[in-house]
Amino acid sequence: MKEYDIAVIGGGPAGLAAAIEAKKHGAEAVLLIDRDKELGGILQQCVHSGFGLHIFREELTGTEYAERFIKELKELRIEYKLDTMVLNITEEKVISMVNKTEGLVNIKARAVILAMGCRERTRGAINIPGTRPSGIFTAGTAQRFVNKEGYMVGRNVVILGSGDIGMIMARRLTLEGARVRVVAEALPYPGGLVRNIVQCLEDYDIPLLLNHTIVDIKGKDRIEGVTIAEVDENRKPIAGRLQYYECDTLLLSVGLIPENELSKGIGVKLDPITGGPVVNESMETTVNGIFACGNVVHVHDLVDYVTEESRKAGRNAASFVKGKAAEYGLPISTKPGNGIRYIVPHFIRQDKVEHSVDLFMRVDKIFTNKKLVVKSGDTVIRIINKAYMRPGEMERISITAESLKTVDNLSLTVDVE
Amino acid sequence: MEKGIVTCTICPIGCSMEVIGARSSDLGYLVKGNRCNRGIEYAIAEVTNPTRILTSTVRLNNANLRRLPVRTDKPVPKNLMLDCMKVINLVEVDTPIALGTIIIEDILSTGANVISSRTV
Repeated sequence: MKEYDIAVIGGGPAGLAAAIEAKKHGAEAVLLIDRDKELGGILQQCVHSGFGLHIFREELTGTEYAERFIKELKELRIEYKLDTMVLNITEEKVISMVNKTEGLVNIKARAVILAMGCRERTRGAINIPGTRPSGIFTAGTAQRFVNKEGYMVGRNVVILGSGDIGMIMARRLTLEGARVRVVAEALPYPGGLVRNIVQCLEDYDIPLLLNHTIVDIKGKDRIEGVTIAEVDENRKPIAGRLQYYECDTLLLSVGLIPENELSKGIGVKLDPITGGPVVNESMETTVNGIFACGNVVHVHDLVDYVTEESRKAGRNAASFVKGKAAEYGLPISTKPGNGIRYIVPHFIRQDKVEHSVDLFMRVDKIFTNKKLVVKSGDTVIRIINKAYMRPGEMERISITAESLKTVDNLSLTVDVE
Repeated sequence: MEKGIVTCTICPIGCSMEVIGARSSDLGYLVKGNRCNRGIEYAIAEVTNPTRILTSTVRLNNANLRRLPVRTDKPVPKNLMLDCMKVINLVEVDTPIALGTIIIEDILSTGANVISSRTV
C-alpha cells in the first residue's frame, strides 16, 4: 500500500489551499484527490466576479481565483488524482478510492484533510407539493449546465430561495435571454449578500418577494407553473394569499449542506447545527490527525475565508506529520449563546494559540445596533459593537492569546446583547 | 441634474441612500441615508454613470468544456450589458486559450476588452 504524508480529499478551493500550504510547510508526499474531471471544484462554474477581494485585494471571477491555486499546486509538484471517488476512510487513515484507470486503490496517509465541500438542498429536502415534472433544478446544477456544459435550462424562470447562487443565476439567465419572473423567499429577509441583491436582482428589475414560498407545482412532462403563497411569521401559508406564475423552469436556491458521508465513516464527531465536523483551533476533528476545512465544516459566504481556514488546516496537518506529539492542557470550548447559531472552532487548545484565534459564527436573525459579547463565566473578554448583523453574513471575532489566559472555567460564550 | 435612490453595496448593511443634485456641494450632489462616508462616492457614481464588470461565456470548440468563461477587463456602463451580450453571443473560439486572452476588442466602443477568464 502506497504511503503519503497527507491526503487531501477534494480539489476545490479548500483542498487546493490546504494541499499547497501543507507542502509549503514541509509535508513531503501530499496527494490531492477529486471526483471531478478537473481541479477547482465549484469555482470552475462560477464565471461571475467578486472573488479574491480579501486574499488578493482584487476582484476575480471564480475561474480566475481557481486558476491561481491550480497553477501554484502544479508548480509545487503536488500529486493529484482526478475522476477518482473516495469510498471510505478509516481511523487508521487508510483511504479506499476508485477510478477508471487504476480500479480500486488503497493508500495510507499519516494525516488526512477533509475538503469535500457541500451540496445543495433539493426539492425533496424541502418537500414542495405538486407534480413531478422536468424543469426543476437546484441553482448550482443549472449554473453548471449553463456555464460549463452549454445547455440553456429554460426561458421563463421562477426562483425559490434568495441564496447567492440563486440570485447569481437570476442575472446569468437574464443575460442569456431568459425571463426571470420572480425570486420568492420564505424568510422575511434575503439569504444572500447585499451586493447580489443589488447587482443581480435590482439591476435587472427582478422582483424579490420576501415572506413567500411555493405551495404547488403544476405540469405533467415539463413544469408549467407554480403557485406562490404569502407566509406568516411561522412560515405557514396565509389562506387566500396565492398567486399563480406560469414558468417552464424552477430553480431552487434553498440552502447548502456540508457533505460528510466520509467523515461519518471515520467516526469524527459532527456538529448538528453546522452539519460539519467538530474542530479545534487547528481545524483538527475529534479524530487525531484528521483535519477538515472549508464548506465541509460550515458553509461560508466568501471563498476568501475558505482559503484562510484551509491554509490553517494545511499548516497544522504538516506540523502534525512532522510532529513531536505534545501534551496539551484541557481545551476551552466555545459556546453559542443568545442570538448565535454556532461557533467554529468548537475547541481551543490554549498552548496552540500563538498570537490570536478567530472565532467564526452566524447570528440566528437580523440584529441592529447590538453588541457581540465574548465572556468566560462573568468575565467579559471582548465586546464588539455591531450596527447590523444578519444570518447571511458570517461574523468573525479575533481573540488574543493574552485574553485566552483570563478564561478560567474552560468555556467561552458569545452572546448578542 | 440626476437624482435617485441607491442601495449601497460597500458593506453588508446596504444603506438606502438618496442622491440629489446640489450646486452648493463640492461634489455637485448631496447624499442622504448613508451611515458612513464610504457610500458617498459609490452613490454618486450609481446615479451619474453606473458601471459593472460583465461576465459571461462564449462557445468553445474542440474541448471537453463547452463554454469558455469571459469577462470585460474594465467596468462597462450598466445600460449596455444586454447589448454587449448580443456581441458576445456571436463569438466562437478554439482551444488552446490562455487566461487573459483578448476575445473581443473594445466591445461596443466602451474601451473595455472581453477577455478569457480561464486557461483551456
